[in-house]
Amino acid sequence: MIIELKDTTSTQIQKRLIQAREEGGAVALGRVLTFLIHTDGAKEEKVIQAANDASREHPMRIVVISEPASGTDTPGLDAEIRLGGDAGASEVVILRPTGQGDNYLAGLVNGLLLPDAPVVTWWPDQCPECMADTELGQISQRRILDSLEMGSGLSGLESVARGYRPGDTDLAWSRITGWRTQLAATLDYLDVTRIDSARVAGVPDNPSVMLLAGWLGHTLGHDVSVDATAPMGIGGVHEVVLVTDAGEVRLTREDDHTVQLSVPNQPDFSLFLPRRPLASLLAEELRRLAPDTVYGEVLTGGLRWVRHAS
Amino acid sequence: MKPNPLRLPEDRRLARIAGPSSLVIFGVTGDLAFKKLIPAIYDLAAGGLLHPGFSVVGYGRRDWDDEQFRALIKESIAAHAREDISEQVFNTLAGGLRFVEGTFDDDSGFTRLAEVLAELDAERGTAGNHAYYFSIPPSQFPVVTEGLARAGLTQGAKGQWRRVIIEKPFGQDEASAAELNQTVERVFPAEAVFRIDHYLGKETVQNILALRFANSMYEPIWNAHYVDHVQITMAEDIGVGSRAGYYDGIGAARDVIQNHLLQLLALTAMEEPVSLKAEDVRAEKEKVLAAVAPLGHIPSAAARGHYLSGWQGGQHVKGYLEEDGIPDDSRTETYAAIRLEVNNRRWQGAPFYLRAGKRLGRRVTEIAVVFKDAPAHLFPEIKQGQLGQNALVIRVQPDEGVTMRFASKVPGPAMQVRNVTMDFGYGHAFTETSPEAYERLILDVLRGDAPLFPRHREVELSWRILDPVMRYWEEQGQPEGYLPGTWGPASADQLLVRDNRVWRRP
Repeated sequence: MIIELKDTTSTQIQKRLIQAREEGGAVALGRVLTFLIHTDGAKEEKVIQAANDASREHPMRIVVISEPASGTDTPGLDAEIRLGGDAGASEVVILRPTGQGDNYLAGLVNGLLLPDAPVVTWWPDQCPECMADTELGQISQRRILDSLEMGSGLSGLESVARGYRPGDTDLAWSRITGWRTQLAATLDYLDVTRIDSARVAGVPDNPSVMLLAGWLGHTLGHDVSVDATAPMGIGGVHEVVLVTDAGEVRLTREDDHTVQLSVPNQPDFSLFLPRRPLASLLAEELRRLAPDTVYGEVLTGGLRWVRHAS
Repeated sequence: MKPNPLRLPEDRRLARIAGPSSLVIFGVTGDLAFKKLIPAIYDLAAGGLLHPGFSVVGYGRRDWDDEQFRALIKESIAAHAREDISEQVFNTLAGGLRFVEGTFDDDSGFTRLAEVLAELDAERGTAGNHAYYFSIPPSQFPVVTEGLARAGLTQGAKGQWRRVIIEKPFGQDEASAAELNQTVERVFPAEAVFRIDHYLGKETVQNILALRFANSMYEPIWNAHYVDHVQITMAEDIGVGSRAGYYDGIGAARDVIQNHLLQLLALTAMEEPVSLKAEDVRAEKEKVLAAVAPLGHIPSAAARGHYLSGWQGGQHVKGYLEEDGIPDDSRTETYAAIRLEVNNRRWQGAPFYLRAGKRLGRRVTEIAVVFKDAPAHLFPEIKQGQLGQNALVIRVQPDEGVTMRFASKVPGPAMQVRNVTMDFGYGHAFTETSPEAYERLILDVLRGDAPLFPRHREVELSWRILDPVMRYWEEQGQPEGYLPGTWGPASADQLLVRDNRVWRRP
């Protein structure tokens, strides 16, 4: 069900939500969080779809603040409510404020936040200088950006790091969870006493490559070299090599779904490690709402271990 | 490398994956293997929780080759796995599927098994880590463990592990359980024996610990001062059907109460453990099971029955004695109820009523904590018995969740109250499908984590509670009959009436 509300207010939206719930018998009691999305509207549908899919694991109210750069000047608010089949396991409220700068965003959404439940804000297509200082960031426990949108590798991450506050996180970091899990799992069973060096290969302006190298540097406490060579078609991380006293541990991306694992004294394996859709990354971010301190340490301290291979 | 430098304790994103290993299934031709184990293994693989070299070896008396075995497994996954079958995941898994033909008393079969496992170590890097799943009757345990021992399969080299997984029934009484335990523990060390109680792998059962100890609003009232009594029910609407051969001579008490229901009692009644580690949780469960008071006068503390023929839900069904393979003079009960008291300060005066049966009103498993009446002077409804007691119900299956029942004012000018419910459904709050119990349990075995597996001591304590009842029933004639689709025999109702209580309708 889609309900359009023209020239409306938060109070009217709220009333309409309650009314629709009573009519449709759609119960909103099981919602675990409010998910705010601040977007310029270009990828609105794609972003809502991803959030809807993630809501299958985390039932939530999704509030989208869609502010196109070139809007009309008359101040006001249009809104759209999506429920039931049009909203997956969630309920979606899309707010389209007009008249730039006249709306104080926190005041706009406050009435639509679920009582007591945590608030998470996602900036899918912009990277605020400091998420925690924004109007929406101040009312959120958890703030998500995607540094891949900035597309400038290490220097981009350095600016993200300057604005970092506990509770911030980055989808570029969730993109490498699979790699990190496999590396840690491999060291769980290998009889290794020492790791001499580590190197990461991949597209250098991809922040995930840098975060992976930074994580290795942070945990191992020594330099990690980043090799800017990646074959055509491999977008992010291409290969990770750990040189240990028992031999080399190597993970190499073969295609969009598989990674080859080579471990000393074992046959090579093809691992199923598919590139993940946006929804899966969001679902991972929403699983734990406490600050991800490891991410913070890697971002603010780990990156200094990253060396570009000459 | 110990400790693993990449595993920072605060890094909670990294899942723990099972290391290189294989699982050998004895009795692979049975229902359990194809309906539960194989699909669970597939779902683990699809979730990326298994090592890519993970291998499954079926052992049985069929002349299947590896190809036929693979085809059967693919069918079973397509029919029963949670995830849709993906060629890529299946192919990785299929590379490690083997079938070994052999009987349990045939050394050549075990020799072939040893060869296949050595082959897997070399080709698939299973690193000498092997788990043996006994999906076979307990009478076969000695034969299989000895076969494994003779083929040199029970002990690995340094750094390798061998584990054995066994299913209920863990014996028929305390003595036979001890004997069974000896057979297995003669060959495998106690910490390598994993007793599967699939109930303990269920999300809702693990949620009992979360509900009680991750919240602060329940624990203060979780005692006999506020709780009137606790009812634990496991009802099935089906009869014994194809399990007749196994079921006769076992009965509801041994089949269900000894393991599932007493485990649920232990989780409901235990004190807070010092940590959620296996040994700490187990210590608390053992303590509370040991605190269960021995039953005094059995007839007033236990009731049993068997279902009669009749109409159930629009269908005529056979009585227990008319089922195929059940002798006319069978004294096996298909319904059992017992009243237990826990001898400690927390529970003194609040009894636990446990009941389990077949052909009952509907399929349901739940724990109901029933609270004492509120003072009646303000509301006549309480005095008149119109208002039930407050209850907190943990629904284990189906429709997993938690329900609270309490009184609320009826809208209108008069002060009238009636009972309402507040409901938490796993299916509403978390719409993602929950992992099947077997997934969690198999993964735990492969990782060597055992918080959800009872040790022999718990099995022994459970039998100690039940043995006197079983001995008494054996001296009596046939159990009392009850009509299918009802909630058990009249004597079970009497059990509560004596205490001025009634069974809830679950």
